[in-house]
Amino acid sequence: MSLLSNITAATLAKDIRLEWRSKDAINSMLFFALLVVVVFSFSFDPLAEESRQIAGGLIWVSFLFAAVVALNQTWAREIRNQVLDAYRVSPAPANSLFLAKALGNFIFVAILEALMTPLFVMFYKLRPLGPAWQLIPIAALGTWALVVNGTFFAAMSLRTRAREIMLPLLLFPISIPALLAMVRSTTAILTGEESAKFWIVLLLAYDVVFTTGCLLLFETVLQAE
Amino acid sequence: MKKIFPILAILTAGLLSYALYEALIVAPTEQTMGDVQRIFYYHVPSAWTAFLLFTINFVASIVYLIRRNSRADAVAVVTAEVGVVFCTVVLVTGPLWARPVWGIWWTWDVRLTSTLVLWLIYVSYIMLRRFSTSGQTPVLAAALAVFGALDVPLVYFSIWYFRTQHPQPVIGGGGSIDPRMLHVLLINWLAFSCFAFLICWSRYRLERLQRDVEEMQSLESLLEPRSVR
Amino acid sequence: MSYLYAAYAATWIIHIVYLASVVRRYGRLKKEMDDLKGK
Repeated sequence: MSLLSNITAATLAKDIRLEWRSKDAINSMLFFALLVVVVFSFSFDPLAEESRQIAGGLIWVSFLFAAVVALNQTWAREIRNQVLDAYRVSPAPANSLFLAKALGNFIFVAILEALMTPLFVMFYKLRPLGPAWQLIPIAALGTWALVVNGTFFAAMSLRTRAREIMLPLLLFPISIPALLAMVRSTTAILTGEESAKFWIVLLLAYDVVFTTGCLLLFETVLQAE
Repeated sequence: MKKIFPILAILTAGLLSYALYEALIVAPTEQTMGDVQRIFYYHVPSAWTAFLLFTINFVASIVYLIRRNSRADAVAVVTAEVGVVFCTVVLVTGPLWARPVWGIWWTWDVRLTSTLVLWLIYVSYIMLRRFSTSGQTPVLAAALAVFGALDVPLVYFSIWYFRTQHPQPVIGGGGSIDPRMLHVLLINWLAFSCFAFLICWSRYRLERLQRDVEEMQSLESLLEPRSVR
Repeated sequence: MSYLYAAYAATWIIHIVYLASVVRRYGRLKKEMDDLKGK
């Protein structure tokens, strides 16, 4: 168990360090996130009451797009330098690689969300009528749901034609229950009209089921890819 | 083995014709919806058949992940494709039923929506198989099938809750069913199950032929004299 | 009532299109197999 966490931590630290030095991905992601928020604002210019109904959906769709852009480059560095072959022959457990990548993506997307949210609040004049603190677990569980499956499917898509489009094609259908939960719970909190509890529990269940699934099957996929 | 196929085909055709007759003529007309309700006899059996096929796909995928048996993989491909065909029928007949009865083409009815999501998941499965250039595509596809199967209860629950918050018309109706209608429904289900079996069998033969051809082609290229390069 | 016939017709059209594609692919592969065997 400690081997797993040591390697995970080391891999994660390596990724963060590399990313911090080059700032490749983060700059393009930031700009992309800003563009998404602005474009959506042009498409929908609602009054305050209406905006609460639709903002939940808009916010999560834009987070989803940002996540896909982030996920697509998950393994890019590894492919460029034949790192995956090295991983396959090393005694390191495959799951530590997976967890490191997933956690890295999670941190990344979470930063993006943290930056996009104030923009949304500003453009849509949002003020949640329900218990706003619940938005934190919703954001965390929802982001993890997207990131855990996204990292897994990104690995599956490595050897496919049209790799970049393959990831969303695989990710979106499977994520539908999670997306529904994210959108409905956020809307519930913004409008204050209903309780988000069921959706939060569903997100938790979704995360547990798919994290387990990914951990069980990643070794197989890594060997197969 | 091959001799049986034409006999079964003729029997199935007969069964399907009889089932059609039962659905259009024999079954009693529904009180509120009228004759349009007869779509039910095609819509529901197609759904049950699709679910059965997807279940077989799930089992075959697990068998493949454990045993790496190529026949299991072939069964997985076949049931996924034919399942999508039947699922498409459900998604087309559903709106054609909803429109005259409720005036809307689509409704976020639990069953119809869940079927749509299931259709999306299996279409993505087929796309992975088509687009993947890895030699280990069957393994990846099997992993995706397992994920899809894990997703199914979550899909159903999330949409069910969504629907109870935002009630929509229910296609197919709840409650008890007239025994004469049940009889016609079951006959159509039997007929379509036999039909599905035959389609799967044909598609399986196609899949085996494809694999044989690929094997022969790779043998060919191995045995080719070096000077050809 | 046209919706009823449209639904039944759509069902059969979908099935026939799929079966036709299976048959066509089978024919093409059979030919390829014969070519390979002939060599």
